[in-house]
Amino acid sequence: MGQYQQPDAQGHFGIYGGRYVAETLIPALEELQTGYRQAMQDPAFLAELHSELRQFVGRPNPLYHARRLSEQLGGAQIYLKREDLNHTGAHKINNAVGQALLARRMGKRRIIAETGAGQHGVASATVATRYGMECVVYMGAEDIQRQASNVYRMRLLGATVVPVHSGSKTLKDALNEALRDWVSNVENTFYLIGTVAGPHPYPEMVRNFHRVIGDEAKAQCLEQTGRLPDVCIACVGGGSNAIGLFYPFVEDEEVRLIGVEAGGLGLDSGKHAAPLNAGRPGVLHGNRTYVMADDDGQIEATHSISAGLDYPGVGPEHAFLKDIGRADYVTVTDGEALAAFHRLGRVEGIIPALETAHAIAYALQLAPQMRREQTIIVNLSGRGDKDIHTVAALEGIVL
Amino acid sequence: MSRLGECFRHLRGAGRTGLIPFVTAGDPSPTGTVDLLHALVRGGADAIELGMPFSDPMADGPVIQAANERALARGVKLAQILTWVQEFRQRDTKTPIILMGYLNPLECFGVQKFAHQAAAAGVDGLIVVDLTPEEARAETKIFQEAGIDLIFLLAPTSGPDRVATVKGLGSGFVYYVSLRGITGATQEDWSAVRGRVASLRRELALPVAVGFGIRDAETAAQLAGEADAVVIGSALVDYLQRAENDQAAQVLAEQFLRPIRQALTAKEIA
Repeated sequence: MGQYQQPDAQGHFGIYGGRYVAETLIPALEELQTGYRQAMQDPAFLAELHSELRQFVGRPNPLYHARRLSEQLGGAQIYLKREDLNHTGAHKINNAVGQALLARRMGKRRIIAETGAGQHGVASATVATRYGMECVVYMGAEDIQRQASNVYRMRLLGATVVPVHSGSKTLKDALNEALRDWVSNVENTFYLIGTVAGPHPYPEMVRNFHRVIGDEAKAQCLEQTGRLPDVCIACVGGGSNAIGLFYPFVEDEEVRLIGVEAGGLGLDSGKHAAPLNAGRPGVLHGNRTYVMADDDGQIEATHSISAGLDYPGVGPEHAFLKDIGRADYVTVTDGEALAAFHRLGRVEGIIPALETAHAIAYALQLAPQMRREQTIIVNLSGRGDKDIHTVAALEGIVL
Repeated sequence: MSRLGECFRHLRGAGRTGLIPFVTAGDPSPTGTVDLLHALVRGGADAIELGMPFSDPMADGPVIQAANERALARGVKLAQILTWVQEFRQRDTKTPIILMGYLNPLECFGVQKFAHQAAAAGVDGLIVVDLTPEEARAETKIFQEAGIDLIFLLAPTSGPDRVATVKGLGSGFVYYVSLRGITGATQEDWSAVRGRVASLRRELALPVAVGFGIRDAETAAQLAGEADAVVIGSALVDYLQRAENDQAAQVLAEQFLRPIRQALTAKEIA
C-alpha cells in the first residue's frame, strides 16, 4: 500500500478526524500540538519517556506463546502481547506516562481525565501522583457502580473522582464533562485523553505513545518465529490498544489487522457498542468518525459487558483503516467474551480484562481456521482483576 | 438586506445594544414554543436564538444540558423546529431567528437539505458550536447560497489569527464568548470583556454579540452601549422552568426580559 502517512497537518485521516470543538479550546489544542511536536524532537524528553517506560511501567513486556491454548484449538499459534503485565495492569499507562511528561514540560499542574472502566483513570491518577500533579477524573455514575474497585484505587492514589450524572451516565458523558472542565480551566489544565479519539492532535499523539506495543511485538515476533505474524487482533472501544498494536504493521500488507468491537447482546438487538459495524460517519467529541446515532443524529446509548468498550464513537484512524480496507472490524458478543474470559484463565493461567476477552474470543474463532505454522498476535491489553466482581455477579456469586 | 443585517443596522441607528434571548426549542413545552417566541419579542427581544437539542451538548452547562434532555425526551426534532419557525414567521416577519446547535444532527438531516428548508422557514442565522471555521469550508458556501448567516464564535483565548479567520468566513455577526467556560458560568471581569469587545468591533467588519455570563439587568448593563447585542440563555431557561403552563411561560418570559431591555436602552452605544 506504499507509504502510510496519516494524519495530515490538520489531523485528518482521510475524511475522518479533524477538530470539531468549541472555539475556546482551539488555542489550547494548538498549544498542545506545538508542545507535543517540540517534545517529540527533544532527545531529553524521549530519553525520559523511554526510561519511565522501562523503570516505572516495566517495559518491554513479553510476547508470550500461548502453547496450550494453540494446541487445544489445533490451528494457528497464538501469541499474547502482555500489556496486562504493565504497572497498573493495562496498556493505558503507556499513553498516560507520555502525556503526563508532556503536561509537566508544558508547565501544566492540573490533570483531568475521563474514564470508562477506570483503567485510564487509574493510569492518570498514577502518573499524576508520580509527577506531583493534581488529578481530577470524570466517570459516569453508572460506571462508578460497576467498577467500584477502580474508583477506590484512584482515590487511594490521591485523585478526585467526579461522578457524571448527565446523559447515559457512562464514558461518553464523562468525556463531555471533562471537555467542559477543560474549557473552564484551560490555562492551567492538561486534558489527558485516554483513547485515540477527540480533536486533533489527540488521535495522533495517543497513537504514537501506544505504538511501542506494536514496535515491541513486531521485533519479538521476528525474534521468536523468524517472520511477521499473519494476523494481529485487538479489541476496539475508542481503539487505543488496537491502534498501538496495528500502527507499526500498517505498511506490512501481508499482516491482517482485525479489530474486535463489542457486539453486546448481538448487533440485531441494538444493544451493542459497535460503531464501525453498525454505526455511521458523524461527529462526536471533537472528531469525525463512525458513531452510533439515531436517524436524528442523536448519540445512542451503547451496551457492553465491558465498561471500557461501552462507547458510541471510535478513533478516527480506525474509521479510515476500515474505509480503505486495511483493517477489518468484527464483533463478539457479551457471551462469547465471557466464555473467552474463563477459557484463558483455565488454559493459560491468565485472567484477561473483559475488554481484552473480546479479542481473545475472536482469536478462538479464527485460529482453528488457520494452519499450525501461522501466527496470530492478540493484544492482551489488560488484566481481569477489576472485572471479577462483574463476572461473579453474573454467576450469582457475591464476593 | 437580510433580517439580521437590518436588525443590527436598526440597532446602530438607534444607538442601542440589542437583546438576544436564548431558549431551547420545545422547552419548557413543545406546544408553547411558537407563542413563547412571540412573548420574547414582546418582552424586548431584538432577535432570538433558538437551541436545537443534542444528546451531547459539550459546550453547555447544567441548565442548558437539562433543557436539551427535556426537549429530546419530548421528541423534539429538527423538522419540527423548522415548522415552528415557519409558524412564527406568519405573525412576525421582522425579528431574526438564529438557530443554535451541534453538527451531528445537522449532518444526519443533510446539511444542504437543512439549509434550504431552514431558509424557506424563515431562519436567518445559524450557530454550530462544534463547527470550527477550519472544518466549515463546505458549510460556509452552502449556507451562504441559501441566504443564511453562518455565525462563528470567538473566545477570550482567540488570538489574532483566529480573529482574521472568522473575519474572512463569518457573516451576520460574531458571537463573542465572554469567558473561558460553559454556558451558565459566571463572568467576573466585565472591564476586560468591554475592552475585547471594543477591539473586536474595530477589527471585524461585523457586529459583535456577547454571550455567556449575562444573567440579569445588572450584568446586561455591563455591556450596554459597548456590544452590538447581548445573548442571555441559561438564566432565562432556568427562569421559565417555574411555568406551570404555556400561558405562564409567556408571562414569565416578558417579565424576565423587560428589566434587561430597559438596562440596555439606558445607555447609548458608541
